[in-house]
Amino acid sequence: MESFDLIVIGAGPGGYVCAFRAAQLGLKVALIDKRATLGGTCLNVGCIPSKALLHSSEHLVFARKHAAEHGIEFGSVELDLATMMKRKDAVVGKLVGGVGQLAKARKISTFVGSASFTSATTVSVAPADTGDGKAAGAPVELTAKNIVIATGSAPVELPFMKFDGKTVVSSDDAIAFTEVPKKLVVVGGGAIGLELGSVWSRLGSDVTIVEFLPKIVSTYDDDIVRTFTRILQKQGLKIEVGAKVTGFSNGILTAEREGKTLEFPADKVLVAVGRRTFTDRLGLDKAGVALDDKKRVKVDGHLKTSVAGIWAVGDVIAGPMLAHKAEEDGVAVAEWIAGKAGHVNWDLVPGVVYTAPEVASVGLGEDAARAQGLSINVGKFNLAANARAIAAGATDGFVKIVADAKTDRILGAQILGANAGELIGEIVTHMEYGGSAEDLGRTIHAHPTMSEALKEAGLAVSKSALHSL
Amino acid sequence: MPVLDVKIPPLGESISSGVLAKWHVTDGTIVKKDQPLFELETDKITSEGTAEAAGKIVLKVAAGTEVKIGDVVATVDTDAGPVSAPPPPVSAVKVENKAAAAPSAPVMSSSSLPSSPAVRRVSEETGIDPTSVSGTGKGGRVTKGDVLAVAEAAPASPSPQSKTETKATPAAAAVSPAAATPTDRQSRRKLTPLRKRIAERLVQAQHEAAMLTTFNEVDMSAVMALRAKYQDDFVKKNGLKLGFMSFFTKAVVHALKEVPAINAQYAGDEVIQNHYYDIGVAVSTEKGLMVPVIRGADQLGMAEIEKAIGDAAKKARDGKITLADLEGGVFTITNGGIFGSMLSTPILNAPQSGILGLHAINERPMAVDGQVVIRPMMYLALSYDHRLVDGKEAVTFLVKVKQAIEDPSRLLLSI
Repeated sequence: MESFDLIVIGAGPGGYVCAFRAAQLGLKVALIDKRATLGGTCLNVGCIPSKALLHSSEHLVFARKHAAEHGIEFGSVELDLATMMKRKDAVVGKLVGGVGQLAKARKISTFVGSASFTSATTVSVAPADTGDGKAAGAPVELTAKNIVIATGSAPVELPFMKFDGKTVVSSDDAIAFTEVPKKLVVVGGGAIGLELGSVWSRLGSDVTIVEFLPKIVSTYDDDIVRTFTRILQKQGLKIEVGAKVTGFSNGILTAEREGKTLEFPADKVLVAVGRRTFTDRLGLDKAGVALDDKKRVKVDGHLKTSVAGIWAVGDVIAGPMLAHKAEEDGVAVAEWIAGKAGHVNWDLVPGVVYTAPEVASVGLGEDAARAQGLSINVGKFNLAANARAIAAGATDGFVKIVADAKTDRILGAQILGANAGELIGEIVTHMEYGGSAEDLGRTIHAHPTMSEALKEAGLAVSKSALHSL
Repeated sequence: MPVLDVKIPPLGESISSGVLAKWHVTDGTIVKKDQPLFELETDKITSEGTAEAAGKIVLKVAAGTEVKIGDVVATVDTDAGPVSAPPPPVSAVKVENKAAAAPSAPVMSSSSLPSSPAVRRVSEETGIDPTSVSGTGKGGRVTKGDVLAVAEAAPASPSPQSKTETKATPAAAAVSPAAATPTDRQSRRKLTPLRKRIAERLVQAQHEAAMLTTFNEVDMSAVMALRAKYQDDFVKKNGLKLGFMSFFTKAVVHALKEVPAINAQYAGDEVIQNHYYDIGVAVSTEKGLMVPVIRGADQLGMAEIEKAIGDAAKKARDGKITLADLEGGVFTITNGGIFGSMLSTPILNAPQSGILGLHAINERPMAVDGQVVIRPMMYLALSYDHRLVDGKEAVTFLVKVKQAIEDPSRLLLSI
């Protein structure tokens, strides 16, 4: 029985970052993952591969549709999907390799296999079949005073349309098709569905997004979603909202909307309706760890589970299922375990959709603020009025800042536009320091950059935007 | 870890509240024992609150807040060192898009942090010093909202760019092209809470009392002769000079005994009759007029009165006057003469019923025994509360004062 200061189950962003921080603080750490590579869903089959494909496919669209207006002439622009996928794999390989090296340099003991609790302080790791002909080894027993559950999440499966890995697929498969599906129906108009739907649409698929709620990316403000939807439709995506998927058979996906039945022929169906916490085969009952009513690991404000010495971070607990949130959870838990002051500001977790244009948000949206009855001032600035956006030909979208009417404090922001994911960072920083819209408006932003749109939106809160009326 | 409360200390019977005008420290700083922490302004006096022990201070009220005696305005953590901070409370795990509440545990002194652009602008335009505002931002930083809140609480609105009256005639405008800009013609200054309170109380006194003033004149030659004759002996014996105030104080006590109606106070449906003679002597300081009280003036000799007046004046000018020094007087003497005033109508020092105004001594031709002679004359003014004191009493009081000054033997004989 190997003994550690800390055992981390799951090496995704939550787990490996927790392990890294704990090692920095001098703890002896064991990091377990069922994959041979670290990085979890995010690095292996989620955030990273999808972003690689989004970049590649965006270049293809540029070459095909926009290069000519820049005076760039090609012959015909062809797609070599295999090469694109190889590049994607290389990107993933680079990252998981880097994380692996950092883990080694930090003297973190890594274990590959399926972990399960044998008691509140012991974990058994059943080594995975390494696929090199050797029989799987005997399970390894580990013990520690502190154990962190970071087992993350898995795609939600619709019971009437189970994943078969070929025709009905999850995002795990949709990042690795070997050929461009002719007709792709995406069930779910959230970030994952839109991103992967965009990828395949750009690569030549006829893509239809079928969303149950009245709008796609439903956590964003109505005005953002309206503009975004129009832009995606102009790009060729078909978007059906308010439609409840009922089944898939004989190559036809059926859905219901206001009593009418809709039919969508599909070669492949990507089900991206959400992710569920993953605690399968973890043996939580052996440890006595309680789940909440949504089957997430129950934790208190310090991410402690119902069992002393056992913590949980990331997608496996409540909160936005975002890699950066999991990372912050991981850092905080490592710090608390090491007796230091950890902290996560769960109110300032930004969210990004990596389509083109991107959509990003942090804090309270205008609609949510008004629904809460808050007195607010809102400042908007169109990218069409931003010099850099015009020069780059990236004028779709706008920036919106929501501020408290009395104190002018920034309550939230939403951005639709190129680089929204990068730009939102500045708003998060202002909000971290209790900054006001005026502070944003009076901070110098380089010209010409798209970030000036943030400044102008900040000024717009007090109706003093300079570059628009 | 012992956390001490920093409370507003008791300041005197009639003081129940005040305004915490200014913090001398910022939230989260380490304070030393006896370090001045805040300035508290009340109607009568500005006092300083100091730290009872060293430690890390957490401010609980913003500068400019009205506070009551006993209110806890800050806490000092005597165990906290300059670096460590307890883990800040972690907000419960929330689902997306909740309001950004921004809780913050102060971990460094916000006085070392630069002001944000909006805070700079607001402080410049309102004249509020951001280092005096307790901040609610991260690490105790002052946010725009914090400064706005202080600006709202102290409503005197300054604006250095006040607009000029555009009623200036075209001619005037043409004549002076280098005419003063709006900011040269006018400037604004925020009233301190103390100033505002003084103003309020003065108006209140005028509204409540039926205030009238009666006048007389006094020939100072007898007192001046007395002083000339005995000054050296007096100084030799007492180590300080014989002034006029001791004479007037004794004269006032004498007159109060003759006209007790003035040594009384109007209290709703009662009259409070004082049987003691604590006389207030007005002293001018840079913070305004203060009236320290000479206790038991009837029991004090001339030298003792002079000493008491001198000590009180020095204390007032040094800002060391306590509330106790200012309370309990039954009558006030004020002297505009030192500034050259010939005649004035002093305002009552509520709740007193009379105030004697002394003025400049000017040589005037007077008729004495059918001859015109030059005498050093001073006008006297007695403002009184007519609700309690009738004209005859007021006039008689002033005559008694005049007689006692013109013939100091009367003080000896109590006539």
